[in-house]
Amino acid sequence: MKYVISLLVGLTCGVAMFAAVFYLNPFVGQARLSPLAVSDAEMSGLSYSAVVTDSIMFTNDGESISRPYPNKIAELWEPAIKDTHVLVTSLTDSRGMPAGIGIKMSSPSEKSRLFKSEILVNSVWHLYLPERGTLAVYQTESYWAYLRDIVVPAWRSSSDSWRGSWSRIMTVGPGSLGLARVTGLGGEFDGLQSEAVESLNARAYSVLQGPVSMTGLLNIAISDESALLEEFVSAE
Amino acid sequence: MIKTFMFGLILGVAGSASLVYFVQAVDLHRESSLISVRSNGGNSETFYINLPADRIFAGSRSDDKSSSFPSGIQWPKDDALNGAASELFKLRNSDDIVVGIAARVSNPRDSSGAFIQWVLHLPARGSMFLRMQLKPSEGGLRNGLLMAGTREFEVLNGGVSEFFNSDVADSEYEVTGRLELVTSLVGPLGDEK
Repeated sequence: MKYVISLLVGLTCGVAMFAAVFYLNPFVGQARLSPLAVSDAEMSGLSYSAVVTDSIMFTNDGESISRPYPNKIAELWEPAIKDTHVLVTSLTDSRGMPAGIGIKMSSPSEKSRLFKSEILVNSVWHLYLPERGTLAVYQTESYWAYLRDIVVPAWRSSSDSWRGSWSRIMTVGPGSLGLARVTGLGGEFDGLQSEAVESLNARAYSVLQGPVSMTGLLNIAISDESALLEEFVSAE
Repeated sequence: MIKTFMFGLILGVAGSASLVYFVQAVDLHRESSLISVRSNGGNSETFYINLPADRIFAGSRSDDKSSSFPSGIQWPKDDALNGAASELFKLRNSDDIVVGIAARVSNPRDSSGAFIQWVLHLPARGSMFLRMQLKPSEGGLRNGLLMAGTREFEVLNGGVSEFFNSDVADSEYEVTGRLELVTSLVGPLGDEK
């Protein structure tokens, strides 16, 4: 009997040890600085509130922490789209002035690998900037740091919430420098092929409501120079 | 007893690592792709949107409250958005099964150029960004081009046609019409190895 108990205690300790190393792994992290920061390309920064009730519309399967907004919006309950989140939001420029409308559709990526601490999401943005044109942004985002640094601490907190100052680049691909791809669809952006990164700045999160104070920032290179930079790095 | 404990410890670490390594974190639901092959080696696929049942959202800068759906939508009052409209739909394959989300964004009065664009997002396959002609043909058919695609659609080129079919109205299912999107896509030349 004592050998069985010893084995079970060992197993439990082994699982706990793995979980601790897996969760606290200091070698896994996400950049705070974008590769675009060293680019000479002209940048366009577009901000949006990641708080659902600040958006024009948000929907998902209706069972996630962030509830569809407004209340009457249809839920995405069908099997093929039940993991998809759709956000329609107002965008502001770097001066806080209205810049346009963004539609973001996100779905979990089957390339997610827990062993590598990769919780990946494929997302696409359609950006409409009035009197300027339209852009398509497509990217893979990593939510591991977000879950580890915000969501799990909020679950562990007795107040079911998290407060702090957290900022990370969410974009990890599909570009070779971990950049999102951008295609100009019309207006002054017609024919543009460029890159972008999306970052999140979080200050408060609630287990009951999801993001309480959180903003997203899309930094878009609106000239093709960053594409040349990527080609140069690939060639190297 | 110490040896048994150590064995359990190693087994626990190895078992957890194996579980995390081999279990697929995301397994998206897939419907069969209903694609027909064309004579040029390309493929054609038809998507449907049943109206009004598949409409998720509609927003525009208009005094007419019926242009927003559902009620409670706060569309920005910005003057620059005059004429702009966004709509979101559930997207069905030709078996009438929901396979994705579609967004239609348009502004016939934008000073940078009038436009009608679609984004088709199929979670298990990828996304397509489509730019449509402003004026439909006499038969009501509006053609467009694939401007960008992701994953499965990344290397494809081709077009799409949009058609509103009012002959499929079905009062039992509250369907007053159906938007049909037919994509005709072809891979790049020399992709066969």
